Amino acid sequence: MENKREVMKKLDEIAEKIYGDLIKNEIPSLTLPTRAKSNIVFDEHFGVWKYGKGITSRAAKTLDGAYMLLRTMYVAEFIKSMIKTRKSSTLREMYYISEGWNMAKFSSQQDSDSIAEDLEVITGCLREDFRLRPEEDGARIIGNLVIEEVTRSGEKRRIHCQDDVGDAGYSIPYNVEKEKIVFKDADADFVLAIETGGMFDRLVENGFDTSHRAILVHLKGQPARSTRRFIKRLSEEKKLPVFVFTDCDPWSYRIYGSVAYGAIKTAHISEYLATPTAQFLGVAPSDIVNYELPTDELTKEDVKALKSELTDPRFKSRFWKDEIKLQLKIGKKSEQQALAKYGLDYVTDTYLPEKLAQMGVLKK
Amino acid sequence: MTKTIAHELAKKQREISIAEFFERNKHILGFGNPTRALVTAVKEAVDNSLDACEEAKILPDILVEVHTKGEDGECKIIVEDNGPGIIRRQIPLVFGKLLYGSRFHAIRQSRGQQGIGISAVVLYGQLSTGKHTIVISKIDEKRPAHLYELAIDTNKNTPEIVKNEVTKWDKPHGTRIEVTIVGDYKRGRRFLYDYIQSTSIVNPHAQITFVEANGEKHVFERVTDTLPRPTVELKKPHPQGIELGTLIKMAKNTSNRKLSTFLKKEFTSMGERTTDAVCRIANLDKDANPKELTRDEFIRLLKAFKKVKIMAPPTDCLSPIGETLIKRSLKHETQEISPEFIVATTRPPSVYSGHPFQVEAGIVYGGKLDANSPVKILRFANRVPLLYQQGGCVSTSALSDIDWRRYKLEQRGGKGIPNGPAIFFIHVASTSVPFTSESKEAIADVPEIENEIKLALRECARKMQHHLNKKEKRIKTREKFELITKILPEIAKKSASMLEKPVPPLDAVITRIMDVVWIEDIITYEKVERKKVQTTLEGFDEGKNYGYITKSQLLVANYKQKPQKFNLYALIPSDAVVGFIDPKPAKIEEGKYIKWCLPAIEPTGKLEITFELAGLDKGDFDENDLYVEGINPEYVIGADKWEGD
Repeated sequence: MENKREVMKKLDEIAEKIYGDLIKNEIPSLTLPTRAKSNIVFDEHFGVWKYGKGITSRAAKTLDGAYMLLRTMYVAEFIKSMIKTRKSSTLREMYYISEGWNMAKFSSQQDSDSIAEDLEVITGCLREDFRLRPEEDGARIIGNLVIEEVTRSGEKRRIHCQDDVGDAGYSIPYNVEKEKIVFKDADADFVLAIETGGMFDRLVENGFDTSHRAILVHLKGQPARSTRRFIKRLSEEKKLPVFVFTDCDPWSYRIYGSVAYGAIKTAHISEYLATPTAQFLGVAPSDIVNYELPTDELTKEDVKALKSELTDPRFKSRFWKDEIKLQLKIGKKSEQQALAKYGLDYVTDTYLPEKLAQMGVLKK
Repeated sequence: MTKTIAHELAKKQREISIAEFFERNKHILGFGNPTRALVTAVKEAVDNSLDACEEAKILPDILVEVHTKGEDGECKIIVEDNGPGIIRRQIPLVFGKLLYGSRFHAIRQSRGQQGIGISAVVLYGQLSTGKHTIVISKIDEKRPAHLYELAIDTNKNTPEIVKNEVTKWDKPHGTRIEVTIVGDYKRGRRFLYDYIQSTSIVNPHAQITFVEANGEKHVFERVTDTLPRPTVELKKPHPQGIELGTLIKMAKNTSNRKLSTFLKKEFTSMGERTTDAVCRIANLDKDANPKELTRDEFIRLLKAFKKVKIMAPPTDCLSPIGETLIKRSLKHETQEISPEFIVATTRPPSVYSGHPFQVEAGIVYGGKLDANSPVKILRFANRVPLLYQQGGCVSTSALSDIDWRRYKLEQRGGKGIPNGPAIFFIHVASTSVPFTSESKEAIADVPEIENEIKLALRECARKMQHHLNKKEKRIKTREKFELITKILPEIAKKSASMLEKPVPPLDAVITRIMDVVWIEDIITYEKVERKKVQTTLEGFDEGKNYGYITKSQLLVANYKQKPQKFNLYALIPSDAVVGFIDPKPAKIEEGKYIKWCLPAIEPTGKLEITFELAGLDKGDFDENDLYVEGINPEYVIGADKWEGD
């Protein structure tokens, strides 16, 4: 987190670059790393995937480029005003605010979200520095963890993520940085990140967090930045291993990828969001075979996504190659909740303990 | 004396009646089935009316009516014109005798040729329904109209007059024919409509009213009051177009006693030197008596005609429609489609085997035309639409041979009829159009004609390309205009206000972004009293006492970073007259172009040019064709590279 003055200065640098170009009789332009799969490289230092050396220039030479520059400045100005007035807004609110920006108004929220990301990339600041937050809140947490959160009124409140919360758990706020959240005690052996709400609730009902000393995190599908950041901090600060438990289809592997390796859209902050030590627990294609799980046929889109993952540098390990090839061979996919075939307690009594033992966390 | 086989055979040999001949050959005459018979019948009558009006220098006003109220399968066709009429004693011969006509022996461009057309319709009506044809004709306001009810004596090929009376007709002059035939109106209606519409396109001076069987009336309006240039009859044949039989016949009938005088006097394009060369190559004595030549010697003569380079025949016997009128006609008939643009071209006359011919072509592009179906081809010969046998026509093969892919049309392998939003127009005019058959529906594969059609189509294609390029470049540049006029000033303002600094000047950046010379034109039409109009058109209607001045305003804007100095050319139609021009042009080539040597234009500087054209109708000239010289044409939007005259 940068300080306010620093952020405002960086935002002004954008206007300065454009103004300077105009004074020098040059076509105004901004440069930023190319945000595409082709420009993703592995960062040895952080163990995550980040943008490579590909550079994209946004210049007023074309109509699209000119609009982009104008909008970028409007967004920068809007952020400055929020910083000055200590307000924050959602990305969606910013999109509606742009209605009043005449020519700079956005035609879709996708465009305004994308400019916000561009601004992060250009300035090296974070969305949180810009006081912009996503629509969806962070996910839920249950486990033997004590958090100290700074509330709206500025007071520090200690929250025990088992005793002080209901069955829905503790909700992760959009800002999970140190000035907002501090991890106090964590008496657990590992973090289990779960894709679906149904499975999260099953584990809560079965008391898996106490029986197996686990901190359960609900990912809510593709996890929000705050969830990923939360997991990373928790894992690093409390030295806890992280396991990701998802459905058995190509889209779930991507969820794991964004937790462990970094996502393409946010590759500029992968070292800040990704947890390289996070391990994939299942459900893996080999589990379909070993546990004889109920299945569905792979769709055309599934097959395409699997094949694309075979060429994705993030999934180049032996483990992923074997599992993906196996799945293509059997042509089936399955869900976490398919484990209910053997009863409601099967997942907590048998499946998870077996898998965790294989991964060396639990003893058989 | 015993009877020989020859005697036996002789018993069977007798004259074939024209009725039998017709019955056997009706398909090649265009009466093969009831659908075609309907179209052919109307076509023959309308062709006659148009030819007659043109010869009499009358603007044609033609009425076509079809009635189906009579017996099942019968159609009564009425065709009425305002032509010169036919004198009384000729009426039965024109309509009631096959192979009677005025044009068979003439060497000139006309619609009908063999004198088989209209009488064949009368005969077909008689054979198919047993009904007689009624003809009314009037030659002068002061004289009465004559009505004939006619039949054809099919044994003797002579007209049979069933009724002949004087009648009242309120037209000052004209001819009306009523003929009942077996025809399929239900199927033929569409073809009939197409035929009349197409006829109207190639006869912009004619007004045709079509009243359908259900009473629905379509008026195909006249779009010009100028008659086609009168065609001059070629009195003498060109040696390269002659056939052996005709040559022998001419030699037998000549009054010239020497071969050389015969050749010089009775053929066109035969001068002293050409005649000498022909005789030398044929190895014939110049002084030989042409009547005494042997068949062998005639063949040698014919071969020599082909070997010697003989001057082309005069081509003023041809009457092309002209670029402006083709465009105007096509525009008028495609109004509902609202096409993006129409281009047309008229090639100079050319010659094949001694016959002069001339090709015209046009393309209607865009608008509501379907981009995914094959292009429509409108074929014409001597201002007559060709409706059938498209596949066997040289127009189609010439079109199919051109690679249209570079002109943004779809075409598999660059051959065949392309797909795209276009209508192609091809007109071949000649003193002798080489049809593939007597039904005159397709033009034969003559290399000279095919080549000219290709050249005409390519010229049109180039014009089309010009339009398409201009459009594409304009769209891109229009975006840049939005950029420099709206977005860039906003960017400057915003960056300045964020930094609390003055707004920077933008001229230099604008030129860097645009980096082009932009030429734009606006065309307006000013209605003026006729007397003030300079015009080359003749024969204005008395009632029409106004004309239009076509005013072009060109704006040249330099968005390059350096001053630009170059020459600009604006093409002008051949039938336009240049009026007011500002600034002063360097050169005016009447009917071709205006050239300006423009002064240097500073960066972000603009120059305005105005010029006026007279002699054109409103809408004839709706876009300038501009060319530049002395500047890299890549820099210029709105004009192409000048390739020379």
